[in-house]
Amino acid sequence: MSTAPVQDAIARWVRYWALFTAAWALLVISIGGLVTSKGVGMAVPDWPTTYGYNMFFFPVSQWTGGIFHEHVHRLVASLLGLFTLILAVGLQWTDARRGLRAVGWIAVVLVVVQGILGGKRVVLNSVDVLGVPGATFFGVLHATTAQVFLSLLAVLALGTSTAFGEWLRSVQSRVRPMDASIGPWLAIMAAVVFLQLTVAATMRHQHAGLAVPDFPLAYGQLYPPTDDASLLAINQRRTGVVDDAPVTAFQVHLHMTHRILAVALVAAAAWTWRRAAGLGRGWRKAVRAWCGLFAVQFALGAVTIWTNKAADMATAHVAVGATILSTGVAMAAARLRVERQFLRAFGPCGADDAFIKPCSAVAVARSA
Amino acid sequence: MKHLTSIAALAAGATTLLSGDVTGTVTLKGTPPAEKPIAPLMADVNCGKAAKGTVTTRHYVVGAGAGLGNVFVYVKAGLDGKKFDAPATKPVMDQVGCLYEPYVLGAQTGQAVEIRNSDAFLHNVNFMRSDAGNTTFNFAQGAGAKPVDKVFPNQEVFVKLQCNVHPWMFGYIGVVSNPYFAVTDKDGKFTLKGLPAGKYTLAFKHLKAGEVTQEVEVKDSGAAVSATLEVK
Repeated sequence: MSTAPVQDAIARWVRYWALFTAAWALLVISIGGLVTSKGVGMAVPDWPTTYGYNMFFFPVSQWTGGIFHEHVHRLVASLLGLFTLILAVGLQWTDARRGLRAVGWIAVVLVVVQGILGGKRVVLNSVDVLGVPGATFFGVLHATTAQVFLSLLAVLALGTSTAFGEWLRSVQSRVRPMDASIGPWLAIMAAVVFLQLTVAATMRHQHAGLAVPDFPLAYGQLYPPTDDASLLAINQRRTGVVDDAPVTAFQVHLHMTHRILAVALVAAAAWTWRRAAGLGRGWRKAVRAWCGLFAVQFALGAVTIWTNKAADMATAHVAVGATILSTGVAMAAARLRVERQFLRAFGPCGADDAFIKPCSAVAVARSA
Repeated sequence: MKHLTSIAALAAGATTLLSGDVTGTVTLKGTPPAEKPIAPLMADVNCGKAAKGTVTTRHYVVGAGAGLGNVFVYVKAGLDGKKFDAPATKPVMDQVGCLYEPYVLGAQTGQAVEIRNSDAFLHNVNFMRSDAGNTTFNFAQGAGAKPVDKVFPNQEVFVKLQCNVHPWMFGYIGVVSNPYFAVTDKDGKFTLKGLPAGKYTLAFKHLKAGEVTQEVEVKDSGAAVSATLEVK
């Protein structure tokens, strides 16, 4: 008896499962963001146990205060590990593409590494690593690995989607000519977004998100002074309820770097929006929706400052940032793969090697 | 030889006798930011019940005559080369109503600090980072748990304690290598008891306002000093 119908059914199910796992990963990142925003990452001082309990049997009655957020983060993250393993097995069984199957298994390895990093962030909190406090070192590593992991899941979700499959087939069979080349540009933007998220994670794990508490100006200026007298005056008035540690010149510069990168990314997104006119309808919509997220993210960043880093706003800022990176990586990966194949088949479109150039006319002419 | 030893002992006793109390007041110049209500404390299911009225931050405790509370006063210079045994008494840092009490505490290096939890629920006590090389810790202290003693071998002003279960809870310990330190009361007043006669540099350190130093000469009648910290 053939197993093909069963495999087809599972393949359909894997598509949804990939999407679900990516969404679950975004949830885990959001809860992790909430843990950092609330400053409760150390509310459970032990790991892998929780106050001496096996974490799955920690009494619900003790899920109070910061323990609730940290413990829930650990539980949903544990489930994410299980979900990722199921996804990798499902892909292994149903998907013929070796590359995609490999990404599934890399995701499994990464989710395990990520879990260990989360644990180390707790138990090695006070140990310096390469001259950096453990809380910052492991915190930033944990946060950025989460972004890489989510990006892999987004690649899997897009790679297994029906819509992408149809587009891939239509381009490969030349039913539809290739539209403008945008893959390299998307990859560059995704790389800069990752850099921006690393800066942001460094800020957040030093609790220096409000190192500059006003916006659009910075301490009433375009760029704030960071001499000793100015820093003393700044810290004298830094009297929050939770974030009370004094800020340093480095933290102020880091915060300003985050702002400058944000402006640059929004400008790049606006440019990409305009140039997306050369894409086919589906991709044009997708790329423009992605560009729109940059505007949303910029506004969330501003609101985070104006609300004195309200935990819900800061967490939404983290979640949208993760969404921008993961969808950007998935789109860039998809475009790069197909555009490379297309280039091999039809050669370069012209001497001009601009990031975005209309290829369809040349490609159609050559394929004719 | 026996006589020489006796003379030396007498001389040492005389030096000890020539000591006095340093008293004074620390004031704040300028207008500090207003204290904020600790909203998450009052919203917390346990802490809200334990709170009496509106609980606010304690960044600047300013009393009568602009006296500034919670300033850690200690001898910064003038005792070079002298060694002091750690006292057997234990200063207490308590957790009450989801706040550390006192907010600022003083201790000598090598002296045990007793950390208590008087609340009917759990706190964790996190000493996350030490620039002076003191051993950091993060432990849970449930309701009715035995007090925990912690010793800080190195001078550090301030050691910062934090509860992450209730992330607005901060407590600070000024740890110095001599027994001459004090924390100003709500009106900014302090006393350094039994400081041997001599010239010293006193430091006045506040968590937010910063630090100022002042030279003082102590005679057997003691000395009176006043210091001013300024918020810009």
